Order: sequence, then C-alpha cells, then structure tokens
Amino acid sequence: MHRYQPGTGDRQRILEFLGLGSVEELFTPIPQELRIGELPLPSAMAEEEVRRILGEMAKRNVTAEEMPSFLGAGVYRHVVPAVMDAVLSRAEFFTAYTPYQPEVSQGTLQAIFEFQTYVCLLTEMPIANASLYDGATATVEAVLMAARLRPDKRRVLVSRALHPHSLATLRTYAAAAGLELLELPWGEDGRTQLDGVRPDEAVALVVQSPNVFGVVEDLPGVKAAAGEALAVQVVSEATSLGLLAPGGRFGFDVVCGDMQAFGLPASFGGPHVGFFATRKEYLRQMPGRLVGETVDADGQRAYVLTLSTREQHIRRAKATSNICTNHSLMALAVTVVLSLLGKRGVRELALASHAKAEYLKGLLRELGDKLPLAFPQSSTYNEFLLLHPEPERLLATLAQEGILAGVATPRLASYLPAGILVAVTEKNTREECDRLAAALRRVL
Amino acid sequence: MKARTLRQREKLVFERSKPGAVGYQLPKLDVPLPDLQATLPPTGVREEVAGLPELSEVDVVRHFHRLSQWNYSVDEGLYPLGSCTMKYNPRINEELARLPGFAQVHPLQPEEQVQGALQLMWELEQALLAITGMARVTLQPAAGAHGELTGMLMIRKALQERGEARRTVLIPDSAHGTNPASAVFAGFTVKELASTSAGTLDLAALERELASGDVAALMITVPNTLGVFEPEIRRAADLLHEKGAFLYMDGANLNAFVGIASPGKMGADALHINLHKTFSTPHGGGGPGAGPVAVSSRLEPYLPVPVVEKRDGKFFLDENRPSSIGRVRSFYGNFGMLVRAMAYILSLGRDGLRAMAEAAVLNANYLRKALSPYYHLAYESPTLHEVVFDDAWQKSAGVNNMDIAKRLLDYGFHAPTVSFPLVVHGALMVEPTDSESLEELEAFVQAMAAIAQEAKENPELLKTAPHTTPVRRLDEVRAARRLVLRYEPQSSGE
Amino acid sequence: MARPENLKYSKTHEWVLLEGDVATVGITDYAQEQLGDVVMVEIAKVGSQVTAGQEMGTVESVKAVSEVFAPVSGEVVERNSELEAHPELVNQDPFGAGWLAKVKVSHVPADLMDAAAYEKFVQEEGGH
Repeated sequence: MHRYQPGTGDRQRILEFLGLGSVEELFTPIPQELRIGELPLPSAMAEEEVRRILGEMAKRNVTAEEMPSFLGAGVYRHVVPAVMDAVLSRAEFFTAYTPYQPEVSQGTLQAIFEFQTYVCLLTEMPIANASLYDGATATVEAVLMAARLRPDKRRVLVSRALHPHSLATLRTYAAAAGLELLELPWGEDGRTQLDGVRPDEAVALVVQSPNVFGVVEDLPGVKAAAGEALAVQVVSEATSLGLLAPGGRFGFDVVCGDMQAFGLPASFGGPHVGFFATRKEYLRQMPGRLVGETVDADGQRAYVLTLSTREQHIRRAKATSNICTNHSLMALAVTVVLSLLGKRGVRELALASHAKAEYLKGLLRELGDKLPLAFPQSSTYNEFLLLHPEPERLLATLAQEGILAGVATPRLASYLPAGILVAVTEKNTREECDRLAAALRRVL
Repeated sequence: MKARTLRQREKLVFERSKPGAVGYQLPKLDVPLPDLQATLPPTGVREEVAGLPELSEVDVVRHFHRLSQWNYSVDEGLYPLGSCTMKYNPRINEELARLPGFAQVHPLQPEEQVQGALQLMWELEQALLAITGMARVTLQPAAGAHGELTGMLMIRKALQERGEARRTVLIPDSAHGTNPASAVFAGFTVKELASTSAGTLDLAALERELASGDVAALMITVPNTLGVFEPEIRRAADLLHEKGAFLYMDGANLNAFVGIASPGKMGADALHINLHKTFSTPHGGGGPGAGPVAVSSRLEPYLPVPVVEKRDGKFFLDENRPSSIGRVRSFYGNFGMLVRAMAYILSLGRDGLRAMAEAAVLNANYLRKALSPYYHLAYESPTLHEVVFDDAWQKSAGVNNMDIAKRLLDYGFHAPTVSFPLVVHGALMVEPTDSESLEELEAFVQAMAAIAQEAKENPELLKTAPHTTPVRRLDEVRAARRLVLRYEPQSSGE
Repeated sequence: MARPENLKYSKTHEWVLLEGDVATVGITDYAQEQLGDVVMVEIAKVGSQVTAGQEMGTVESVKAVSEVFAPVSGEVVERNSELEAHPELVNQDPFGAGWLAKVKVSHVPADLMDAAAYEKFVQEEGGH
C-alpha cells in the first residue's frame, strides 16, 4: 500500500465488482511482446529518504544567496516577498487545473485577469494574454504572429543583441516556419544598428530592450525603422518597465518577454513566465489563453476563458499557437508580487536597481583599461558589460573571494565580446558593491 | 465552495486600491540617486506606472485568500478530467523544489557550482529512460505541446539530413488538438486518419497513406484518448519504419501502463512525457508543467542543446552537438518541476510506479462498470485508465453533456472533460487516476446516478445548473461578443 | 427548420438568393443551429474573387469555427456590415438580416439544391 494510492486496500473489492481474478486481466489488451519486467529502479522510498537524497543533491550546489551575487543575463535576483510563496502554496491555487469549468475556478480566472491587466499597464499595450512559457518562446510567438499577419513576406529582422537563448530559439523555429532571419548587428554604442534597415520584405523587426548588454535601445528609432513590419520589443529584465518607457508608448505592435524579475526564484532557469501584449487589431491572431469578463446567470460579474476558437483544442491545425498548458501559477506569483509592490514599489525597486548599478559602474570606471566598460557612453538600466579576455578565469578567482561577480559572455554565445555581464539589483547592498570593486582592484 | 458571505465577493485588486497604501517595504537606498536625465535616454524614462494599485500587505493577503476560496482543486476531491491525470500533488515535492540549493541557483553559474542541479537532471533522465525504454531524453520542453513540437522538429531534421522532403504527418481523428497544431508549427501538413469503429487506429488506412512516400510520421496517443490501447501499435511502428517514416507518441496517457509496457518496445521514435500528469507535478491552475521528450537512437543526434552529460564523475552541459535542432527555449527546462518529478519517482520506486498504473486502470474500470447503467458508453472496446461516455441517453430530455457537467459541480465534484475527443459527440471523458480511493469513486458514482435520474425527472434543474457554486453558469457568448480582457477604470461593471 | 423555397442550397449548408447577376449568400438555419451562438463573422473583402466550393470566410461561435464555402463564383461586392456589432443576427434570422455577403456572379454550379432536395439532404445527414 503506497501513501499516495489510497485505493490499494480496495483492490479486492473492485476486482470482485468487475468479476475479475487479478489486475493483470485488465491489461490483456497490451500484447506480451510490449511488456516489460520489473523497472530497473530502486524500490519505494520513505519521505525521509527522499528528503535526504535530494537534500544532498541540493547541497552540492552553490546558491546565489550564499554570497554577494551579480548574475543577470536573463534571470535577475530581485526581492521575493514572503507573501508570494504563501499564496502560491495555497492548494486551491496550485492543485487546480486550467479553468475549463469557470464556475468553480473564479479564483484562478480573476487572478489571471489581473495578470493580464498588469501586463497591459506595464507595457502600455491594450491587450495581453494569460502567459506563455518564457521570454524566448514569447519572442518566437511574436514572430510567428507577425508571419501570419503578413503571409506574403518571409523575412524577420532581428537584433543580434537579443539574449542569445532567445535568438537561438528563434532560429530553431524560423527554419520550420520557412522564415529567413536577418540578424542586425550592434553598433559601437551597443545598440542595434538601424541604419540601412529595409523593412519592406520583413514581417517583423525585433529588438530587446534593455538588450543582452543591458543597454537601453532607441525604441522610437526602432519603431520608425520597422515601417510596415511589426515592431516587437522583447523585455528580459521586467523590472526595467518600472523606470523605462515601454514599446507601447512608441506604437510598438508587440511587447513580450519574461516577468521572472518580478519576484520569481531563479530555480536554475525555470519555470519563469512569458508575457505577450499586443494591439487590439491583432487580437484574433494572438497566441495563448485569454481571460475575459462576463456575467453569470444571476448577472454577477465573473471571468472565463474566451476566444478559445484561436487555440489548438478547437482550431487544431489552424491554431494561432500549439500552446495548451501555460505558466499560470507563475503568472499568479507575479500578480501577487506586483500587488504588493504597487505603484510606488515598482518604481522604487527599479530606481534602486538602476541607482546601485550606476554606483557600481562609477566604482568600476576607476579600473580603467584593466576592465573597461564595453559601451561606456550608453545608457543601461541595471546590467552592463565589462570587457576582459579571460572572463571565466576572472570569475573563478572572484568566486574564491566569495563573490559571484557576473556571467562570462562565452557562456552565453561566442559571438558576444568577451567579458563579464554584471547585473545589480535592489538586493545588492552598497557594501557588496564596494566589496566587488575592491576585489577586482586586487585581482586585476 | 459557495461564497459564505457577501463580503467575500472579492473585487479586482485594482478596485481595492487606496492611495497611500503600502504593501511592501524595500530597504532604504544606500547609494546616491543618479540624475536620470544624465543616465537614461531622454525619451526613455517613465514616471510611475499609471494604473498600478496601492494596497497594504494585509489587503493583498485577504484578496488572494478570498479568491482561492472560489477554486475547486485536487486537494478538495476527485477531479476526473480525462487525459489530464489530476492526481495528488505530494507535499514533499513542494518542500524539496523550494530548497535553497535548488530554488536559488542561477542557471549561468559555473558548472562546478551547480553539480547538484546537473546531477538531478541526469538522474531524472536515467529514471525516465528506465520507465520508457528509450535511448535519450531532453528535459527542455516546458509542456506536452512544447515537447510535441520539439519531437516533430527532430523528425524534420532527421528527414532533412537524409535529403528527403516529406511533408505529411498522419494524425488520428481522436487526437488532442495540440498534435495537429504542433505538426503544423514544425512545418508539416496534417492528414487526419479516421479511427475504426472500435475507436482505434485503422492499420489499412495507414498502409494506404504510406504508399505515397510523403509521410514523415504518425502522431499517436497510447492508449488513445478513448482509453483504448492500440493493439496494432507495434505493427504500425514497423510499417512506418519500413517506409522510412517515424512514430511520434503522445505520452499524455502514460499513467495507464508505467511499469507494465514500454514505448520503446512499441517502436516509438519520440515520445513526450507530461510530468504534470503521470509524474504528479502540480497543474497550477493551468501550468507550469514540463514535457520532456524521450527519443530512440534514430533521433538522438537531433536533440536540442544543451544536453546533460556525465564524464569522470562530473556533470556538464554539452552544447557541441552538430546535428542538434538547436534551442527550443531559454536555459535548460522547467527545473523546479523536474525536482518534483524526481522526488515522486523516488517516492514510488519500481513497485509503486507499477502499482500506480494498476490503480489508475482499476479505478477507471470500476467507474466504467458502475456508471454504465446510467450513461451510454461511447465504445465497447476495453479501456485502461480512462473511459468515455456520452449524453445519448439524456439527449431525449434535452439535456446534454455540458448540463451534466454543470450539475456535477453542485454535487461537489469537478466535471470530467466534456466535448473531447471530437470523435464522440457529447463526450464525457472520465479519468479518476491512481490517487483515488473506492470511497471517493463511490461518492462520484452516486452523484452521477442522481444526476441521471434528475435528467429524467427534472431536466430544467440540469439545464440551469450549477446552483450552489460561487457563480452560476456563465454567459460565454457575451464574453466573446463584448470583449473585456483587462480592467479599465470605467468599463468593468459590478 | 426554415427552408425558404426561393433559395438554392449548397452541400456545405450555405444558401443563395439569385437576383439578376447578384447573389446574396448566407448560412442556413441548420448550420447556425449546429454552430451555436455566433460571436464573429469574417468574410473575404469587397473586391475579392471567390470560387464556388472554396472558402470565402468563417463564422465563429464560442466553441467552434466553421468555414463558409462560396456557393457561387464571382466577386464580393458587399458584406453585411451589421454583423460586426450584431453577429447574433446569423442565429436569429439566418435567411434574412443574417445574410453574409453579396456576390457579382460569374458562375453558378449545377449541383446547387432546391429547398426540397436540401431538406432531404439535411435529414440524411442526421438533422431534422
């Protein structure tokens, strides 16, 4: 009898009810040639044993909380309010499924309606969906939507300053979709080069801002360069939306990315949460689930999944996306965090992250040529690139000093300038910044 | 589940906003505030984000607490959604996923700092290989559909490397909608195969289609969405392989035969596994899940990068795979869900996993027999872990499957899947899973029997159901005709 | 079910009213009943060429999307603009106010059915 299988003691009664002698008789439809013997796995473990085994595995990791950490590059270390996990741990939220029966799922539905609203407010776009997997797949969905809207065109203009994982994912999907990627290089200022961009044959122009170097892109310039192609802004550091004007303000067609920075733990890369916001005219081509407002039979306001005819379970081969299960619980988590931070907190958090990054930048400028800023004149939000010929060795040395100083760009992609990407957030104290600067002075 | 008092009819968080309320406090800023005009581009700065609410921590806690009270969940009771496998989500999994050593690890830390995380991924892959009898697993896909797309992209690459431009993917009409959608997104065209009258794959039709030479793959769910095991699956695999095509297996129904049969022996070339179904990771109100894809050696070269490898007792991420399809997402996978699945597999072990499939099949067959007097069984074929009824006997009273589902909510159960698979008109797809006791199943049968009786004596009651849930039946037509997809200060009415 | 006598019907449940060389086109009462409450209608733009038997638009309910196949060939000269705000007209009055489009006809297929033949066809399909 296993503790997760309450029916084991009832087997005999069920077999009698079914008029069978053994469970094996229920499996007669499965031919013998397909059968396997005992699984080559250990036997069932007590909870305490599982705790010990996985606990030991967990201890074999160094965490970003054990020492000052300046890692970013797509996963950002921001405050995680205690209330977030308290809400997420409510069984009514995490053990429920997709709200297919809305009458018993108003908790999930209302929370996601709130998430959609938050995404609209942060991006200044009119509509947003109920979440996607992550920023990379959200970028892909934006491009695929653009391709559906402009079926006579095949080209995608995409900045090479996107997070390399997003760019790589786009390359994978584009091949299957018959799209041709034209990758735009960055200039000396670390921003995407827009001169000479020819948007006439393109379905979309995609930039990330802040980009992989942490540099703030010229969004009005990008929109102008996009012409008739869909202008897409990808956001990797979501808290930047607390301080930086979003694509929605400049007429972008899609603002998408990952909301991880708003309180989701790093969790070795996932699960985080993709978001997708767009214009009303593209509504029917939008991927992902949508929660809409309606009333019930008593006239009471309520929420329900709507416009499902775009989705795979109805539209099948002609669906706007193949997505079914999304990242709903993580969207709930972000909704909780944003509700706690509120108007003032979102701004304060972004200001603090930016202020601390600028402070650290200032300290590091004193290192001069030993560890120069890649783009010293450019605006960054909370992340910047410092050039160094052997970044992995440098980081290893700093780790020995007890500091996780950043991400070595060769770890991300070989086409990025060699160096370390340093991200600073409200969680880094002034003392930690001073310590990093001092350590660098020592080792360089 | 009904709102106990009017005060619990909870407004939107934006409507609860009070100017000046503070929900979270950051530590005081310990560095100077820069001059934003100097550090940021002139057009780049925004003021406070308009429309964000202001609430105290207490208000936020109460808001989400009240919302949660409006949800039915697995922890409350039976959740018999067919093909979703709504089983118990063990609490130890939640504790372990939250261990700082897992939750606070950054994916781009140097490999020597994350050996524990890489080890977990490696061990999970080994366990999934033991269970499926396949050659390798990618843990990258975030969901089943994502896995399907990944598998189909690998098949596409394999054909490309062979120099073959096969365009067609065959999919049975009983398939889940993600199958054709994924195939199309992978660049194929879909041809639907009609099922036999027994609800299974039509082997003769498959053979006919294969003659064209344009078939890249067959996508099939085993057992299928009717709960029926495909008796000819091995033969189908052989036919496909003889003609140079591939077998993609949708693993959504794996719960029916873990520890008893293996997709490897069935001849699958690629198979996605829904960790949030078979392996107990929570559904979270719609996700996140995880959809690892197991492949045969035929497709191994095309796995997405990176792949976790082990050498000299150390684990590393291998990006050097020349035939790989590339990346299908950022980083390495929904690691938090991988931890949970690993904990589950360890908790169950070899005997517990087999018992899981046996319990799933026993429970479903119990319901099949117990409900048969009251509801029309869609297919006579033997079924494994799920069974499909339809509303044929209730239709004459003007009651349909949706009405039955809504009335079931009044009895305190979540409804089965309705209106899927498409091959059954008025379907009710029931999957109890392995984590239900006979007591819970008997209560469900009683409720369904009562509803069948009500359908005869008082059909109006069903047509206007539900009556006791927090909200009554929703006007879904209005939701689609008058689209309100976000809160706007003027538009949302009470 | 309503089946006006003066109309012609296609096997895919569209109706046609021929007046000179302009045809008014819609979906039948049987079709709208199968579909459920219509939430949106999308028809090929004015000026588009449509071919008998090929898709000229879609009608969408909450649970399904149905293709509208052109019952005649020709050029779309008008679309029913009322349907944008009132898609329910397709349910309420499928043969009248719920019309979908007007087409300047270039070809009328020979196999369009009259009302009696359509009634028989629907019965055989399992309707009533």
